[in-house]
Amino acid sequence: PHAGPVESKNEAAMSELVPEPRQKPVVPMKPVGINASLLGYIGIDTIIEQMRKKTMKTGFDFNIMVVGQSGLGKSTLVNTLFKSQVSRKSSGWNREEKIPKTVEIKAIGHVIEEGGVKMKLTVIDTPGFGDQINNENCWEPIEKYINEQYEKFLKEEVNIARKKRIPDTRVHCCLYFISPTGHSLRPLDLEFMKHLSKVVNIIPVIAKADTMTLEEKTEFKQRVRKELEVNGIEFYPQKEFDEDLEDKTENDKIRQESMPFAVVGSDKEYQVNGKRVLGRKTPWGIIEVENLTHCEFALLRDFVIRTHLQDLKEVTHNIHYETYRAKRLNDNGGLPPMTVETEENHESNL
Amino acid sequence: LARGGCPSVLPAAVMDSIIIQERLVERLLSPRTQAQRSHPAKLKDHEKQYVGFATLPNQVHRKSVKKGFDFTLMVAGESGLGKSTLVNSLFLTDLYKDRKLLNAEERINQTVEIVKHTVDIEEKGVKLKLTIVDTPGFGDAVNNTECWKPITDYIDQQFEQYFRDESGLNRKNIQDNRVHCCLYFISPFGHGLRPVDVEFMKALHEKVNIVPLIAKADCLIPSEIRKLKERIREEIEKFGIKVYQFPECDSDEDEEFKQQDRELKESAPFAVIGSNTVVEAKGQRVRGRLYPWGIVEVENQAHCDFVKLRNMLIRTHMHDLKDVTCDVHYENYRAQCIQQMT
Repeated sequence: PHAGPVESKNEAAMSELVPEPRQKPVVPMKPVGINASLLGYIGIDTIIEQMRKKTMKTGFDFNIMVVGQSGLGKSTLVNTLFKSQVSRKSSGWNREEKIPKTVEIKAIGHVIEEGGVKMKLTVIDTPGFGDQINNENCWEPIEKYINEQYEKFLKEEVNIARKKRIPDTRVHCCLYFISPTGHSLRPLDLEFMKHLSKVVNIIPVIAKADTMTLEEKTEFKQRVRKELEVNGIEFYPQKEFDEDLEDKTENDKIRQESMPFAVVGSDKEYQVNGKRVLGRKTPWGIIEVENLTHCEFALLRDFVIRTHLQDLKEVTHNIHYETYRAKRLNDNGGLPPMTVETEENHESNL
Repeated sequence: LARGGCPSVLPAAVMDSIIIQERLVERLLSPRTQAQRSHPAKLKDHEKQYVGFATLPNQVHRKSVKKGFDFTLMVAGESGLGKSTLVNSLFLTDLYKDRKLLNAEERINQTVEIVKHTVDIEEKGVKLKLTIVDTPGFGDAVNNTECWKPITDYIDQQFEQYFRDESGLNRKNIQDNRVHCCLYFISPFGHGLRPVDVEFMKALHEKVNIVPLIAKADCLIPSEIRKLKERIREEIEKFGIKVYQFPECDSDEDEEFKQQDRELKESAPFAVIGSNTVVEAKGQRVRGRLYPWGIVEVENQAHCDFVKLRNMLIRTHMHDLKDVTCDVHYENYRAQCIQQMT
C-alpha cells in the first residue's frame, strides 16, 4: 500500500464549532473551479456531512445523574444547565415531602431540541443520599442502579435479533455535589467518589458557591483537589483516558485549574444592565449565574454540554461498560477467545 | 466591567480581585471553548435560550476526523471490463501499476482469487483507509460453475471475524474488514444479464450491497444504453435480485436535492467509463479516452454516469452503504450463526 497522490489541503478540518442551522448536504454536480481540482478532488470529506445528517436524524441520548445531600441545589442546577424544567423538582415533587429512609433512584426523561438536534435527556436524581444519621453504604443503591443499566445494555447486545439502535440508559455523567463548607471534603464525599469513580464518570461540583468569597473559593478548590489526588480519586476527565497530546493538554488545564467547578444555580430571571439574566437577588447585589466573574456555572455548562458531551458518552461506552462486560464474561468461568461452545455457554448464562 | 451586572462603585481591592479572577477565567477556558465564545453573533444573540448541545454533531465528527474512516469496496466481473481503470478513476489512485496480465493459456487453470489492495487517502484533513477487494479470475474459465463461491466465502469470513471480535473480551481495537459495497460489472456487449450475472448476484445479494454497473459504456450510443438499462432493470426484477436500494429522500429536503435523488434512481444501473489518462478537450485537461471521432470525457455527465456513481459512492451514500452492511447484512449473518449454534 502507498499513500494516495492527493494533496491534503491544509484547511482546518474544524472550521466551525458553533452549530449552524441544519445544512443541506452538498452534492457537487459539476466540479467548479480550476483544472487542478477537476482532476484532483475525490470528495471524501463529505462523509462528515453524511454522518452529521444521520446523527441529526437519529438524535442523542444523554443520561445525567446528580448526587448530594438534600438542599444543595441539585435540581435547580440541572434546570439551569438545560434551561428547562427537567428535574424532579419540576415534575410534581413536593418539597415538603419527607426525606426518604433509603436512597431512592428517580429517573425522569425529557426530549429537548435545539438547532435541529434532538436530545432525549434523562435526569437521575438520588434523594436520600447522605441525609440519614447513619449513612454507611448509602452509595450502594446508586452503584446497583448504574450496573443494572450496563446489564440491560449487555442483554440487548447479545440478543439474536438486535435492535438497530440499542436504547442507552447507562449513566454518562454523575455530578457530585460538594457542600461549600470551606474546610475540606467530608468522609462521605471521599467514600462515594472512591467507590463510584471506577464505574461511572464523576464530575465533582462545589454547590451553592455564592456562600464563599473569591479567596475562600480558590483555597477551597485547591484543598479539594489535593484531597482527591491524595485519595487516588480519578474524576472525569480521567488522566488515563486522554487519547492524544491535544486532549491531554486541554484536560490537564481543566483538571488542575478549573475543577471542581464552583457553581450557583437559578431558574429565576432578573433585569441587569438592560439584559435579562438568570440569577439570585440578594440585598447586596444580584448574583448572575452565567457571569464567569460570579461563579463557574458557565464553565461547567460548556464543559459538560458544549465540548465534552460526546466524550462523556464514549468513555462510558468504551471503558466503563467494557469493564463491566469483561467482568461479566469472566465471571462465567474465564472464557477464552470465542469458540462455538463458549458462545453457547455464555449465551445461556445471560 | 463590560460583563455588566456589577454595581458601579466598588472598593479598589474588590475591583482588583475581580480583574484577577476574570483573567484567570480566560486562562481556564480551553481553546475549543474560547473559539466558541469568540464566534460572532449567534452565541450572543441567543445566549439566553441557548443550552449548547446542538454542537453535539460537531463533537461527534471531530472525533471521527481524528480517527479517520475506512471503507471496503469489492469489484467483480469478467476480465477486461475496465474494473481496475474504474477504481483508479474513482479514487485518483494507481493501484494496479505493477500488474501482470495473464494470457488465455495461463488463465485456463486459474481459479478465482481474492486480492486486497489498501490505500490511505487524505483530503481536507479527513483520512480514509480504502480497501479494494479484487476478484481476478471471476467468470473467465471455460466452466464457471459456482465461480462465485470463493467470493461468498470471503464475505462470510469477514463477517465471522467481526462476530468473533465483537463477542470477545477485548473489544478495543476491532478491525472492520466487512465488505461495504460490491460493484458488479455487466458486459455492454450482451443483450442484458447473462446467466453468470444472475447467479452471481443472487448468491450475493443478501450478503453485500450490490451496485450493478454497465462497463465500458463508450461502446454504446445513447439509445442503446437506454434499452440496455431497461432490459437489465426488468431482468433484475424478474429474477428477484435485491440490489442496493438508495434510501428515500427526507420530505423536508429542498427540490434540488429531491430532483438529484430522482435522477440518481432513474439512472441505475450506471453506465460507466473509466480512464487512467488525461487528454486535452476544449482547452482543458480532463480524464478521458481519445478516439479518432472524438474525445470521451469521463466526468462529463452527457457522456456517461461516472460522476453519478462517484457522487453516490463517495459523496452521498458512503455512510449509508456502511450502515446497511452493519445493520442488515451483518445482523442477518449473526442471527443465522447464533441460531445454528443453539
